Amino acid sequence: MAKHNRGALEIKAFADHHVITQPNPLSSVLRRVGGKNLDDPVARAEKALAGLSGQFKNWMSIEADRLSAAHATILRLGFTDETCEELFRAAHDIKGDAATFGYPSAGAAADSLCRIIEHAPELERVPSNLIAHHISAIQAIVHERTRLDTVSMAGELSRELRGVADEYLTHANRDRPEHLEAILAPSIAPGN
Amino acid sequence: MFRIDFNKLRFLVCDDNPHMRRILRTLLHSFGAREVYESEDGATALEMYSHYVPDIVITDWSMPIFDGLELAQMIRQPESKGNPFAPIIMLTGHSEKRRVTVARDAGVTEFLAKPISAKGLYQRILNVVANPRPFIKTKTYFGPDRRRNSSNAYIGPERRVGGEVEVLQQPSLLDKARTPV
Repeated sequence: MAKHNRGALEIKAFADHHVITQPNPLSSVLRRVGGKNLDDPVARAEKALAGLSGQFKNWMSIEADRLSAAHATILRLGFTDETCEELFRAAHDIKGDAATFGYPSAGAAADSLCRIIEHAPELERVPSNLIAHHISAIQAIVHERTRLDTVSMAGELSRELRGVADEYLTHANRDRPEHLEAILAPSIAPGN
Repeated sequence: MFRIDFNKLRFLVCDDNPHMRRILRTLLHSFGAREVYESEDGATALEMYSHYVPDIVITDWSMPIFDGLELAQMIRQPESKGNPFAPIIMLTGHSEKRRVTVARDAGVTEFLAKPISAKGLYQRILNVVANPRPFIKTKTYFGPDRRRNSSNAYIGPERRVGGEVEVLQQPSLLDKARTPV
C-alpha cells in the first residue's frame, strides 16, 4: 500500500457546494525518471498478455457456450427478468472481452445483440430469428476461426447483423426518441 | 517523465467475469503491482474495500448483487468511516457516451471502455495518481470535480453559485479511515 501523504483536508465552503482538496495522497509512488530509462511497463504488460493468449480460444468458447445456454433457457422458459438478464450479461461480457481475445467480430455481433436487448420495446416481439442469428454467428466466429478467410467473413457477418438489428431497432423505436438517440449515438469504445 | 512505483500501490479489482479478472491481474502484476485484491460482485468488493483500504479501485459496471455504479456510490459517502476519496476506474463494455455521464455523476474518477489495452489502463492509473482532482460536495453529489478543464470561453449558466464563505481545515479522512475503531 502506498505511503500516503497525510496532509490535512482543506475545505472551501461556498453557498451551495464545498471544494475539498488535500495534498496528493499518492504522490509518494510517483518518481521522475530520466530520458535514458528503458523500462517500459506497457510493453511489459503487453508481453504478459501475449503470454496468456494461448488460453483465449478456450475462454472465448466458454463465453460463447454461456451465451448459447442463456438463449436455450429463453427458448424453454420465455423472456423473464432473470433469463433476459443472463442473456444480456453473457452478450455484454463477449462484447467487452472478445476483441482482447482476438475475436473482434464476435464482439461486434455481441454488441449488436446487447443493443437489441437494451432497446427493443418488447423482446417477445423481436423476430426470433434475429436473436438466434446473432447467437449462431458468435458461435460460428468462435468455433470456425481456423477456417480459411474467416476473418473477413466474420467481419462481414457481424456488419450484416448490425445492419439488420439497427434497421429493426430504428423502426421499433420510431416513437421513443430517447432510445433512438442512444441507438444512433456513436460508440466511444476504442477501435470503433 | 514520471513512472509509478506500482509495488507501493494496493489495488481492488471488481469484475464478475473470471477471464477479465485474470487479464487485469496479469496487467497489474506486469506493471509491477504486488497487492491486487479481487472480488466478483459489488457487495464483496465493498467489504474488501473497507478491510483492505485499497489505493485504487478498478471496477466493472455490470455485476450481480450490486453493480459497479452502486459500488462507486457507496464508496463516495462523505460521512462514512471508510475512505471516500479513493480513485475509482470504471472499466466496462458499455460504450455509449451517456454511460460516461452516469458514471461520472456516481463519483467515478476515470472511465475506460473495453476492449482493454495495457496502454489504456496504464494511462488511467497514471492520471489518477499524478493528477488527482479536488472533490466537490453538493446536496446531490460527492466526488471528484467533474470539471476537468476551466475555460474562459464557456458560455452558459453558472451552476455553482455563492461566494467563498470560509476555509476549514480538517484532519485527513484517510487518516480517520485507517485509525482502528
